[in-house]
Amino acid sequence: MKVNELVKELSLTVFCGEKGLEEEITGGYTSDLLSDVMGHVDEGMIWITMQTHQNILAVATLKDISAVLIVNGASPDEETLQKGREEDVPVLGTSLSAFEVTGKIYQLLLNE
Amino acid sequence: MQFRFELEGGNFSKAGYASSNIKKVLKQLSIDPKIIKRVVVALYEAEVNIVAHAWRGTVVADLDADKITLTLEDEGPGIPDIELAMKEGYSTASSAVREMGFGAGMGLPNMKKNVDELIIDSKVGRGTTVRMVTHFG
Repeated sequence: MKVNELVKELSLTVFCGEKGLEEEITGGYTSDLLSDVMGHVDEGMIWITMQTHQNILAVATLKDISAVLIVNGASPDEETLQKGREEDVPVLGTSLSAFEVTGKIYQLLLNE
Repeated sequence: MQFRFELEGGNFSKAGYASSNIKKVLKQLSIDPKIIKRVVVALYEAEVNIVAHAWRGTVVADLDADKITLTLEDEGPGIPDIELAMKEGYSTASSAVREMGFGAGMGLPNMKKNVDELIIDSKVGRGTTVRMVTHFG
C-alpha cells in the first residue's frame, strides 16, 4: 500500500512531504522512544508516534522510513514541518490514538 | 577523507546533522546499505548523547578505503561508571530530554550493537571521548 492510499483510507492529514506520498509502506512501528525506533524501524515502514519535535525527522530520514504518523490530533512543530519539506518525508496526522490507528493500519497491510 | 561537525549541549536541532551528512557520503561511495544503516544509527545515538548530556562536542569522521572511524569528543560531566552506563535501560537524562523520547537508556547499547569496535574514555567533570570503528568489508 502506498502512503497516499493509506491517507485516503484513514482520512489522514498530510502536514508536509507530499513528494513522498508515492512511497510504498512495507510495515510499521509504534513507539515514542527514539532509540527504540532507531533500533527497530526498517526502511519503508510507517512510524506511529505522539512525538512532534524535529528529531522525529532526523530518525525518519536516517532510517529511510515511508512516513511519520502523529496521533491524538497533535500537530508537528514548525521546525518539524520545515525539515519535512526539505527531506520530502510525509508527516501525517490522525485524531485516533496510537492503539486504534496501529490496529487499523495493521489490518490494512495484512489484507493486501 | 575527514569530516568534522560541531555539537552544542541542549541544542537538539543539530543532533542528526553529522549522521545525515555521513549517510550521504557513504551512499556516494556505494558502501553496503546495511553497513550505512548501522553506522548512522550509532552516530545518531552518539550525537544525541552529547546534546543531551555534555556542554559541547565535536564529531570527527575519518574515512578510509576499508573502514570508518567516528570520534566524538565532548566537554561535559563525564561518565563515572561506564559499565553501568552501558546497561540497557540505565539513563541519567533529564526529564525534559525524556519527554522528547530520548533517555530510555538505549543509546550506548545501540551504539555497541551497531559498530565493530566501541571505545569509551571518560573523565568525570571533564568530558568523554567515544571512538567507533566500522569495517566495510
